[in-house]
Parts: sequence; structure tokens; C-alpha cells
Amino acid sequence: MNPSPVPVPFIVRLGRSFDARTWQIVGLFAAFALVAVPVMHLALPPDHPLHLSTWFITLVGKILCYAIVAVAMDLIWGYGGILSLGHGLFFALGGYAFGMYLMRQIGRDGSYQSDLPDFMVFLDWKELPWFWAGSDSFLWVALLVLVVPAVIAFVFGYFAFRSRIKGVYFSIITQALTYAAMLLFFRNETGFGGNNGFTDFKRILGYSITAPETRVVLFALSALALIGTLLLARYLVTSKFGRVLTAIRDAESRVMFIGYNPLWYKLFVWTLSAMLCAFAGALYVPQVGIINPSEMSVANSIEIAIWVAVGGRGTLIGPVIGAFIVNLAKSWFTVSFPEYWLFFLGTLFIVATLYLPQGVVGLWFKLRGRFRNDDAGAVAGDAKGVRA
Amino acid sequence: MGKSRFLLCGWLLSVSLAQAAIDPALLKPLASEDSDTKIAAITALAQAAPAEALPVLKALADDSLAVAGERVVIVAGERVLDAANNTEISPAPAAREVIGINNRVRRELSAALAALRLFSTERAVRWQAAQEVTLSADAKMLPLLDRALAAEKDPEIRTRLQLAHAQASLGSTDAEVRLAAVKTLGESSDPKVRQLLLPLNEKRGDSWVEPDSAVRAAAGTSLRSIEQRLAWADSLGRAFTGLSLGSILLLAALGLAITYGVMGVINMAHGELLMVGAYSAWAMQSVFRAYLPGALDWYLLAAIPVGFLAAALVGVLMERLIIRHLYGRPLETLLATWGISLFLMQVARTVFGAQNVEVANPAWMAGGIELLPNLMLPWNRIIIVAFSIAVLVAMWAILNLSRLGMFVRAVTQNRPMAGCVGVPTGRIDTLAFGLGAGIAGLGGVALSQIANVGPDMGQGYIVDSFMVVVLGGVGQLAGAVWAALGLGVFTKFLEGWTGAVVAKIVVLVFIIIFIQKRPQGLFALKGRFVES
Repeated sequence: MNPSPVPVPFIVRLGRSFDARTWQIVGLFAAFALVAVPVMHLALPPDHPLHLSTWFITLVGKILCYAIVAVAMDLIWGYGGILSLGHGLFFALGGYAFGMYLMRQIGRDGSYQSDLPDFMVFLDWKELPWFWAGSDSFLWVALLVLVVPAVIAFVFGYFAFRSRIKGVYFSIITQALTYAAMLLFFRNETGFGGNNGFTDFKRILGYSITAPETRVVLFALSALALIGTLLLARYLVTSKFGRVLTAIRDAESRVMFIGYNPLWYKLFVWTLSAMLCAFAGALYVPQVGIINPSEMSVANSIEIAIWVAVGGRGTLIGPVIGAFIVNLAKSWFTVSFPEYWLFFLGTLFIVATLYLPQGVVGLWFKLRGRFRNDDAGAVAGDAKGVRA
Repeated sequence: MGKSRFLLCGWLLSVSLAQAAIDPALLKPLASEDSDTKIAAITALAQAAPAEALPVLKALADDSLAVAGERVVIVAGERVLDAANNTEISPAPAAREVIGINNRVRRELSAALAALRLFSTERAVRWQAAQEVTLSADAKMLPLLDRALAAEKDPEIRTRLQLAHAQASLGSTDAEVRLAAVKTLGESSDPKVRQLLLPLNEKRGDSWVEPDSAVRAAAGTSLRSIEQRLAWADSLGRAFTGLSLGSILLLAALGLAITYGVMGVINMAHGELLMVGAYSAWAMQSVFRAYLPGALDWYLLAAIPVGFLAAALVGVLMERLIIRHLYGRPLETLLATWGISLFLMQVARTVFGAQNVEVANPAWMAGGIELLPNLMLPWNRIIIVAFSIAVLVAMWAILNLSRLGMFVRAVTQNRPMAGCVGVPTGRIDTLAFGLGAGIAGLGGVALSQIANVGPDMGQGYIVDSFMVVVLGGVGQLAGAVWAALGLGVFTKFLEGWTGAVVAKIVVLVFIIIFIQKRPQGLFALKGRFVES
């Protein structure tokens, strides 16, 4: 505990969110993503044993984006106690907004040689719908990526939290929300490319999207985004705000009786979580090269919850580990034993909820015999960071 | 097949009728090269001797009418008949040339044939013919229709014929005849008649399609009355499909109303319990097909208990093995049951294959009741509505009249107290969950009759089922019923304007907004309490 009443500058406070050992790990990870990966992918010849293939870069880059989503989910679920089954919607919205920018970057190189994206020519549209106006500008699209999901999350969350909808009720209506959005995006006439969504991207900011250099940059950006997300989340959950949020999770009525209004706390973390998801979605789309409405399916959103549950709720490193475990298993199963993937995933859901209430991170600490039921959690297990 | 039967039929007819002869002069032009002459000959023949002309015209339609020298003959397999008097010619003339017809002649010919069949002695044939004639009646057929009307006794067929007559009269040159026809047509409620009357009030270039203003006015009146009846039947039909969708939603959601509504268990594998029921129906169909082919139509009755038991068994296992360890942790229950649902889906895919299986409606569910010409109530929908009512009543009775139901209510209202007075709460939980799962199985059996049965079928119902239960108010059977019916009818009426998918989106958004305003659902338990 820090009894000092002297206000600490924000940047110092942010820096103190991680302790020294954590900063070392973060530094190592950054060095790996920003230096080692580019060198191993670009400089080493393909037959070199340390060469990293495009497949590896894409897979890990994709999972880094998922990890951001998982941390965002953990903020709202692990710390706020609100299980959203609609995070796939925000992820996809970010992806769609950025996907449209990539569609516009195709320019006249599409199969119809038109200024309009191919799917619009195919539907015999003459001009862009109003909501895609300005989507050829990177800055405007970057704004869209964050603002649209934020506005939707804010409006939806405001009404839901104001009516004190919580627990399973909230999960079910978020599920309905993403389901409705999926049906909407599947329609051809809504301007989102229908079944196929957006794909066949060619360029990003003028650079070829399939070039190894572009891939490496996107990978590095994803890694940096993940570090930034973790830092922000850590800052939040160790702040006074985070303590109130955790208190709301554990006993909302008591927090209200003390005089806090849970609405704004929940609403803030909910909107922030949606924006992080959307940001991850925008990073995800150029790396995998497609965005379609199935990203909004109910199953996808629930899968996000299982990354968090497997890794460990209420810790910040847990969701990252969970996202890696589940998605690496997924890419291995769907190639080697496609028919067993659902068995594995189903069992994972059951085992994680029945036997791993704190996820693998919790299991790890239990095995080390020093597991503490510390709600604030810690990136490296020790909650030595500054507490307000 | 149709061809040979027609031939045989024509031949029998010709034998049964007196061997009245046709004037060969009427037959001669049939062999003409010119289509117009042929058509004129067909009309003349049909009007001069309806009964005798039938076999000749049929032969013409079947490409078995031929010219042999001066005579027109019918070739029937090995035999050759004289078309004029239907007697066999032996020896068969060797040199004969089949009379070919083009599409235009064929159209006229089939209309004439339909008209001729109006004189058949069999009611079914006449009814069919009357319907066909209504589609293609024109002024040339008027004399024939007059005669048919004079001979017809059956009221239903008469109504049809009168319609056809009116339709044919529209082409008449006499304004009076047309006026009478338009008025008669106004009594129909057939959408096709509407199509017929519509052009009368249109202008083609500068002149009206219909020159007489009195006829135009009458056509307007008739159109309005037809449209009124059509709109009425349309709303009635929509209300029925809404009711039917509501009953399907109710069947899908009833099981959930017990497991979620009464017990508070968030069962995301509910859709897969429906799937278990639907696959039971398929399994019973296969069993009946293999061992009791004679009673195949009744497999569905056997599927009802089997579907119930199979789903109830899966439900009991789920509860015993997994869900009971998660009571009081709803979010974990949600995730674990989602895991179960993935597991069950993959089991179905492994055991039954990834493709949808084919479940046939029994014969007694085929067809429907035709209330109005444009309103047909299919039997399978009616039966599902009735079945959902039956399930609802049974469930109500179990919950409110039986000892098990009393225990279930006691446990959900006050678990420790119920335990204190000796209710085996653990076993009651299992049984109640099994009951909810079994009812989901019944829903699945019903769904197998109208929806695709496949490993993924459950996923499509899970959101809908939760919407029904949440909208109705958790813990409220009556709420679930009203919510299901309301959603069904609301969706179907919306679909009328917006199309199916947009209607679905609107409904979901409506529910989301509704829940914000009234988180406790339509019917809330009254009381004051602080949650958690």
C-alpha cells in the first residue's frame, strides 16, 4: 500500500503498473516480435532451420489479435463480472470498417475494374452507400474502427446497465444482439458484401498486403498492440477504478449502498472492452485477408469466453495464454483430426468450468503452492504494483 | 403412362357410346397442312359431336391420328381404327401418314380436350376439366360451356363452370354479355380472376382495353370485392402461419421454460436436446421401415415416447455428471452446457453423418384443408399446433397436479425448507431437468416434421428459445406461451412487409429493447427483493 497523498504523474503511474520482472518479460517479448521475427522471416533463407514461415507469422499474428480480444473480454468478465456473448460483434465491426478501407485500396484492380468494390458492381450498385463515404481515407477509417463499436456498445450498455440487466440475462441479450447483426450482415443489400464479406485485398497504405515486409510489420503492430492493451488493462485494474469495478462484480448492491453508481463503471469498461475488440479486429483483417459475417456468429463469441476461462479469469496474462492454447489446439486439430476438434473444444468448456475455476494460470500457482485468491490478479503472479 | 391410359380410356369410351358416326367431312380438315384450318376443324369437331370427338382429338394429341388415303384413322398399337366411326379396319392400310401438330395447335387442342372432358361421366374427371378450362377459357368455347352448364348437376363444378363461362364471355363482342360476365366474376375469390379483371380498367395507347364504360365500372366493383376477400383470406392465412410458428417456438421453448424458467439452469445444449428428439423420430422411422413396413405411417406415434425418453436420458446424464456441480454459478453453467452442446453435435455428426437425414411426413399429415381458394391450412401445421397444446397441458398438469410437480415447485421456491421437510432435493433436480429435457425431445420430434434434421439443427433454435423464455418472464409458463404466440404472429405479419430475415432482425431488436424496459419479462413475479 502506498499511503503517499502526493499525486503521481500519469506516465510514472503507468510505468509502475508492471513490476520490474514483468517489464523484463515484456521487453523480451517485444524484442522477439520486433527484431527476432522480422530477421528470422526476412533475412534467413527458407531452408534455414530457424526460418519462420509465412504460415507461422500469419497464425501467430492472428492469435495475437485474439489475445487482445481475450484481454478485453477478461476486463469485462473477469474484473467486471459481466459475461458478454456479443464480443464477436465488436471484433467484426472493427474488421469490417478496416476491411472496407482495404476494399477501397484495391482501386481499379478488381475483376470488374471499377472504382466500386467488386461485390457492389456485382449487385449493380452505382455508388457507395452513405455510411461508406470517406472509407478510402485511412484516418477516417481508423476513426470508424474505434468510434462505431464504441457508440454501439455505449448505447446498448447504457440502457442495459441502467435497467440493471446482469448475469445471464445480459449474456443472452448480447447473444441476440450479435445474432441479429449477423443476419443483417449476411444480407446482400446492406452493403457489407453478404456471405462472402470483404476479401481479395491487395494493398494497405499503398504497400502490397501479401509482401513479407508488410506481414512482418502487421505482426509487430499486433504484438505492440497486445503489450499496450495489457499495460492499459493492468493500469486500470490496479487503479481505484479497478477496485470499484471488482467490488461491483463481487457485491453490486453493497457498492451501491456505499454510494457508488455502478452504471458508469460498468459502462466505461464495457465500452473500452468493445473498442479494444474492434481494434483487434482491424489488425486481424489485413493478416487473414477476409472478414465475413460468420465472425459474428454466436459460437465465435462464446469461444472468446473459453479462451479467458481456460487461461484464467481475473488475471491478465491468463487470457493471453488461454487464447494461445485454444487457438493453437484449434489449428492443430482442424488440420490433423478435424472430426475431434469439437469433442476437444466441448471437453475444454466442461473441464475448464468444472475443474479449472481459475484457469491454467490458477492451476500453475496452485501447483507452485503459492496460489492466493487475489482478485486483482497479477501479470506475473505478484501484486507488487502500485495500488491507489 | 398417361398416354396409354388416355388411349385405353378413349377406346373404352368409344365402345360404351353408341357407335354414332362423325361426318368424315369434319375430319378431313384435320389433316390440312395449315394450322388455322386445323384449329378451326378441332373447334368444329368438338362442337358438333362432343362425345365422339374425344377419342379422335386424343389420338391427335398423342400423335396417333393418321391419314390413310381418303380416310382419317386412329392408330392404336397393332390395330387401326376408322376415326369416323371407331371401327377396326382390317386389313390395316399399309400406307398411312401421321398428322403432325405444332405447339400452337397443341395448345388449342388441349383446351378443346379439357372442354370435352367436361362431359365425362366421372365427377373427378369433370372437376379436373372444369379447373383446367377456367385457366384457358375463351369466347370460342362459349357454346361448349353452355352445353356443359346445362348438363352439369354438381354444384361445385357448376360454380367453376360459371366462372369459366364468365371468363370466356369477357371476349365476347356484346357489351351486355361482358357486363354480366364481369359481375359473375366478382363473386370469385380466386387470385387468378383478379389478374383477369385487372387489365379491363387499363388504357392501351389512347383507347381503353374495355370500350364500354358500364363494364369498366362493374369491373372496378368486382375487383374491389375480390380484393377484399383476398385480403381477408390473406390475413387469416398469415394469422394461421403465425400461430403455427408460435406453436413451433413454444415447443422449442417449453423444455427451456422448465430448465431455465423454473430451475434457473442456463442450458445452452437445449437445441441439441431438440436434435436428440428429432433424431429419435428418424430412428423410429428407420426401425419401422425395416421391421414394420406395413405400419410405417404410424412411426411418429412411436417416436413420441422414444424422443421423450432419449432426450430425458441425455438430460439426466447431463444433470448428474456436470450441471449439478455448477448450481449457483450461472455463467459457468452457460459455458459448460455450451461445451456439452458442441460435444453432442459432434456425436450426432459422427454417428449419423454430417448430412441432414430425411424424415418423411406420414401420409396422414399430408395435404390440408382448403378453407378458401387462396387459403390452405396444411395438416402437418394443424397437427403441430394441436400437439403443442397437448404438450403444454401435460406439462401444466405435471407441474401443478402431480407430486413431482409439487416437489419441483417447493424446491425452486425454498430449497432448504423443502429439504427440511423431507423432499429429496437432489433427486428432484435431476428429475425436473430430465422432464425439461424430455419435453425438448418432444419438441424435436415435432420439429422433425417441418424442419431439416441434422447435427446443426439445434443451433438455429437456441437464440429463439431463450428469447421466448426471457420475453415471457423467467419462471412463468403462461408468459412463455404468450411470448411464443405473440412472437410467431408478430414475425409473420412483419414478414409480409419486410421479408423473413429483416423481420427476424426487427423482432430480435424489439426483444432487446423490450428487455431493457422490462427486464423481468412480460409476466413478472410480484414481490420486493434485492437481487444477489
